[in-house]
Amino acid sequence: MTGFPALAVEGLRHAYGDRLALAGIDFQVDSGEIFSLLGPNGGGKTTLFKILTTLMKPQGGDARIFGRSVVSDAAAVRENIGVVFQEPSLDPKLTTLENMIHHGHFFGMRGRQLRDEAMTLLVAFGLKDRAGDLTETLSGGLRRRVELAKALLPDPDLLLADEPSTGLDPGARLEFAAQLQRLRNERGTTIVLTTHFMEEADRSDRVGIIDEGHIVAIGRPGELKESIGGEIVIIQTNYPESLSEKLNDRFGQEAPVVDGSVRIEIPRAHEFIAKVVDAFPGEVDSFSFGRPTLEDVFIQKTGRNFRGALEKAPWEENAG
Amino acid sequence: MIVFFLSAGTLWKREIVRFLRQRSRIIGALGQPILFWLLLGSGFGESFRPSGAGASAGYLEYFYPGILVMVILFTAIFATIAVVEDRKERFLQAVLVAPVPRSAIVLGQALGATTLALLQGFILLAAAPWTGVPLTAASVAAAAGVMFLIGFSLTSLGLAIAWRMESTQGFHSIMNLVLLPLWILSGAVFPAASAHPWLGWVMKINPLTYGVAWLRRALYAAQPEVVADLPGVGISLAITIVFGSISFFMAVRHAEKSEG
Repeated sequence: MTGFPALAVEGLRHAYGDRLALAGIDFQVDSGEIFSLLGPNGGGKTTLFKILTTLMKPQGGDARIFGRSVVSDAAAVRENIGVVFQEPSLDPKLTTLENMIHHGHFFGMRGRQLRDEAMTLLVAFGLKDRAGDLTETLSGGLRRRVELAKALLPDPDLLLADEPSTGLDPGARLEFAAQLQRLRNERGTTIVLTTHFMEEADRSDRVGIIDEGHIVAIGRPGELKESIGGEIVIIQTNYPESLSEKLNDRFGQEAPVVDGSVRIEIPRAHEFIAKVVDAFPGEVDSFSFGRPTLEDVFIQKTGRNFRGALEKAPWEENAG
Repeated sequence: MIVFFLSAGTLWKREIVRFLRQRSRIIGALGQPILFWLLLGSGFGESFRPSGAGASAGYLEYFYPGILVMVILFTAIFATIAVVEDRKERFLQAVLVAPVPRSAIVLGQALGATTLALLQGFILLAAAPWTGVPLTAASVAAAAGVMFLIGFSLTSLGLAIAWRMESTQGFHSIMNLVLLPLWILSGAVFPAASAHPWLGWVMKINPLTYGVAWLRRALYAAQPEVVADLPGVGISLAITIVFGSISFFMAVRHAEKSEG
């Protein structure tokens, strides 16, 4: 496996009719990395995931997993990847262990050894007591855990997870993240996951922010956040447009309106706020300021609020 | 090769286990054919005198092999609806991203459904003594073989359709449009000889006609004179095998194109 990056995406392009889902994107993930693809639904994540897991052929470009093309060498790619689907791919009428055993067979595992390895994983994921239960009786969090255990059974070198945190409560989300960390540390598994949760992206080694089919930013979460100069100030006011203009006139400060509030990126934000409140008495209803988050990176690169972007693109759910 | 057989085998077993765990499916699978046979057979029996094959027998007896094929057809339909549901439940997606040949997936599904169809067929076969069909050990063995091939063909046809379908609703409409007429016009319900000439032609080009004829011949192995004017064993065997193979390869092709 040495010599090749775990994943190399090269000029990947795909459209559904007129809608460009992937506009020719490039990025690499090194072996042993935890890499998040952060973006709103409809941004191209699901399409990318389907192509990387060999479920769909791209219209242009290629992706290589440990050097093998998902387009021309899908069978070899499938031996190397473990996949965690957003909707766990479990048979509800089979028990946890039966689901594992069936999955092992698909990879040529069998007999006593398969059973032992399946049980070892179930024990490791705290599922031993539920091994004999039908998966339809498990909670969403537990099902996700079975899905992860199942994906790891053939010991893949690359784990691809589609929105693994969706539908989990915050506790289960943290736990799932810890399991991925442990997995990488103990087995050296490379992990690529898609997410629309900032915190989840924050916990990974590197993040690619994807929007409208483009990778708009890529790097370590810390670097991305530092790329924004200073701090972020959000001002709530009844007249955001006029305040935005006034700030520009008076202080030469860019202050775009995002989602009905005035948003400013500036170093030494506390001093600036004091000046604003003095200069325009009565116009500031409330303000907040803080260190930049990945959401701020998204806003800076796209000019849109992440949640606004979330609401605007339901089309990919139909396509997916 | 190991992966091929392990995968087909494990999918076959899964179909059986799923069936046995759903009590409503078991009850429906067993109750429906017997109910249909009794209701339709006795209802038509008074007003409908088949000519040609089985003319000497009552309609209950004539209809009996037809019901056997219907059981197989319904099981095949049911099992293939499961493919569409699998895609909704996402189980199949995990199989599609595993290094499993698509042909192994389709083979496992087809064999699983065929086994269930055979299981039901055997239960109905146990009712043969009440119908006047003269069963012997040899005719049961022959009938089992024929039912297996018919089952495999119909299941493969169902799978070929199901692998293209996005919803179970779509599958139902295709089923009503294709699969049920296939059965009705196979000589299972009425003999070709008693049908309008153009219908007789449709029945002649219906591949299932030959499966049904072959099944009748197998069941009446002890009284070949009853089924003398049906298509011969040779042509029936050939057409059923060709029909099954084409359906199977169509299903594999559609599975290869599927995105899950």
